[in-house]
Amino acid sequence: MTINTLSQDGVQRQQMPCLTKMERMIISMQDPDMGIKLRNQRLLITVIPHAMTGLDIVEWLIKKCSISDEEALHVGQLFVKYGYIYPLKEPRNLILKADDSSYRFQTPYYWMSTRWPASELDYAIYLAKKNIRKQGELIEYEKECYNALHKRINHTWDFVVMQAREQLRASKQRRKGDRIVLECQEQAYWLVNRPPVSPEHYKLTTLTKNTIAIYVKYCEQYQPHDPIMQGCLPSNPWITDDIMFWNMNSETYKFLSEVALPTKLRVERWSFSFMELLNDQMGRKEFLTYLEKEFSAENLCFWQACEDVRHGETAKIPEKVDEVYKQFLAPGASRWVNIDSKTMEKTLEGLKRPHRFVLDDAQMHIYFLMKKDSYPRYLKSELYKNLLARAIVPQETKKSVFPFMRRQRHSSPSPALATQTAEDDGKAKYSNSNSGTASRL
Amino acid sequence: MCDQTFLAITFGPCDNCSQNKPLMNIYLKNEPINYCSLCVELMACQGLAKGETIHTLKAESETLKTKLEEERAKLHDVELHQVAEKIEALGQFVMKTRRTLKGHGNKVLCVDWCRDKRRIVSSSQDGKVIVWDAYTTNKEHAVTMPCTWVMACAYAPSGCAVACGGLDNKCSVYPLSLDKNENLAAKKKSVAMHTNYLSSCSFTNSDMQILTSSGDGTCALWDVESGQLLQSFHGHSADVLSLNLAPSETGNTFVSGGCDKKANVWDMRSGQNVQSFETHESDINSVKYYPSGDAFATGSDDATCRLYDLRADREVAIYSKESIIFGASSVDFSLSGRLLFAGYNDYTINVWDVLKGTRVAILFGHENRVSTVRVSPDGTAFCSGSWDNTFDLRNILYGFALYWHQGLYIGVLHHPVMSVP
Repeated sequence: MTINTLSQDGVQRQQMPCLTKMERMIISMQDPDMGIKLRNQRLLITVIPHAMTGLDIVEWLIKKCSISDEEALHVGQLFVKYGYIYPLKEPRNLILKADDSSYRFQTPYYWMSTRWPASELDYAIYLAKKNIRKQGELIEYEKECYNALHKRINHTWDFVVMQAREQLRASKQRRKGDRIVLECQEQAYWLVNRPPVSPEHYKLTTLTKNTIAIYVKYCEQYQPHDPIMQGCLPSNPWITDDIMFWNMNSETYKFLSEVALPTKLRVERWSFSFMELLNDQMGRKEFLTYLEKEFSAENLCFWQACEDVRHGETAKIPEKVDEVYKQFLAPGASRWVNIDSKTMEKTLEGLKRPHRFVLDDAQMHIYFLMKKDSYPRYLKSELYKNLLARAIVPQETKKSVFPFMRRQRHSSPSPALATQTAEDDGKAKYSNSNSGTASRL
Repeated sequence: MCDQTFLAITFGPCDNCSQNKPLMNIYLKNEPINYCSLCVELMACQGLAKGETIHTLKAESETLKTKLEEERAKLHDVELHQVAEKIEALGQFVMKTRRTLKGHGNKVLCVDWCRDKRRIVSSSQDGKVIVWDAYTTNKEHAVTMPCTWVMACAYAPSGCAVACGGLDNKCSVYPLSLDKNENLAAKKKSVAMHTNYLSSCSFTNSDMQILTSSGDGTCALWDVESGQLLQSFHGHSADVLSLNLAPSETGNTFVSGGCDKKANVWDMRSGQNVQSFETHESDINSVKYYPSGDAFATGSDDATCRLYDLRADREVAIYSKESIIFGASSVDFSLSGRLLFAGYNDYTINVWDVLKGTRVAILFGHENRVSTVRVSPDGTAFCSGSWDNTFDLRNILYGFALYWHQGLYIGVLHHPVMSVP
């Protein structure tokens, strides 16, 4: 049996021999002499012909195939599941009950072996009919399917509506009993071919007040950090020609003679999200110091190494992945990271054929581990609180005595120069950067 | 046998194409006929079956559409601006041009900031790509591309290279050298190859990978060192004009907008189109993520900008005004996401309150269409590039201009007079 589930003409490959066998049995069930005795079944005020009870089905199977109760019930269930028999009382519940609940045989027109494409068009017509026939007839997932179909095959909607109307009109001309039978048959067919999907699949997420509130919350949280909205201290360099703001918030230590204290706003921002902390070089370094105290620094190092693989040169991937394995994943590695066994197994398997994303699962696992565990504890730690207390709130730049005289605008070393010098020196200036990645700046 | 089916014929010759196929029972004018599924599909797509009036069917379809809207309303969908009613309105904004960068000989098409918050790379129609220290207004590097209309340019995250491309259908990466005598073009790396013009490019989190979008309707991810195509993204049915990477934790998605009026969200690993939005009435010129990554904004030729929420999978706000008639060419958010800057083809820049949906400022100052608007990485300023040219009046008499200024304006908004909530 191959993994290709569809054969040349698009039918479920494995099913055809099973379907043929099932149909042979169904036909013999309906044999006038040797088959199941069918009766009329009363449904409210209408009489439905050719119905049988669940018990009848089970008993017939026991007699015919010489099997036990349990097995007969199991086989009967399959007939219901594949739509050859459908229940009258609770049509949505496609199970067989060995009691006096009523069942009917599905018409051959709707048998699975007819290889009807069960297309979206058909389904749309069916749902449209239901909708027109009775308001509120469509249940939740059917409504969603209907809306999704309306969007997807919108170009045929005129036809869908027209067909639905026509079919309803034609069915009105039939006897009530026949009409109900037809409706039951069609309903059963669609329940088999379009079973209710899990809500996530078709769900139109509702745009409640809560979901929109996140925008408001985000804007409010970041407003003090938005220079255009609220200015910045000591001053906006573009306005005052004073680049103190940039120097104070510099990400590289290269341009500062010594490690200066960060601003309060900057340290506060690390508490907004784990990503904010990691995106700031200083924040990352502080976090690393904290993790070293907790003896879990290898997590952050591993994460960084994975980033490097993901965003680095394609040619270097195999050697980088190998390095990562030796340092972090191999049994007895010097900086072994604690990954759950399932992910570890999957990763080690993938390492046999290393590619850019082979470490993704492991990286994700460690990332969320840090996010859920180390990060919140870091925010509550003395290390962070001390830094926040010592962080400075810069004074606003004094306005120049001669406002019409412009301050001299100093140029800054180009980032391109930074690379060249580092290369010349042959030293790695940064403890946690890799050439070419964003962490350099 | 049990059931007499009224839908008796299941296999046989189709009434339309006469081929032996499984048949579908459909109705035309109360008459049951048997078509094969292919003929049914064809007929359905033609819109009308024989003998029906458009009028009656349209009425029916309108009823169904109304029913659909009613169902939607029942889901308690709320508009963004309704929730934002309680927030304080923004005060008056005063904007001043702080720097004007002159040096391009022709229309400025694209601009990108360096992560050092003061450098800019810009490209123009005449094929020139210039790297500026916008703070001092000094030009630091200049490259002349072998083609005109360089529509895309991007600064590398490390600040050590720039990428650009346009009508040459390629994206090339130039490492920035500080040796004054060195010809930058000598070290150029040809990375991307499309079959039509390059409309937009962006480095991913490192210097090693570039994402490009093209007039050939595709986007693609490339390895810079080798020029190898890592992933291609197919799904647009017309030129793709813009793309933007998501600022997410997992860093795996991006959004693109194109001339097919669609904005598509893609998974970079698999190349799959994971979400699609089609509510604009014309080409989407620009797409940009909201800073949190939960939504993105678009600017379009239909003179509106719209905000789309990714989890709700729908449009949540439209930024438009009757007096705004020309298309928006470029959009960008302020750092907090509260303001949306949009450059328009009527030479103005409109600043929108993202939450309330109102316009808070309109900025004049360009003398031709604004082609690009970018906020600096730390949000201290935003920069706009345009198709300006200022003429020396004398020369108009001769029918041509001798002296061209093409401007890049660096604007900064004074923080407004308003009470801080």
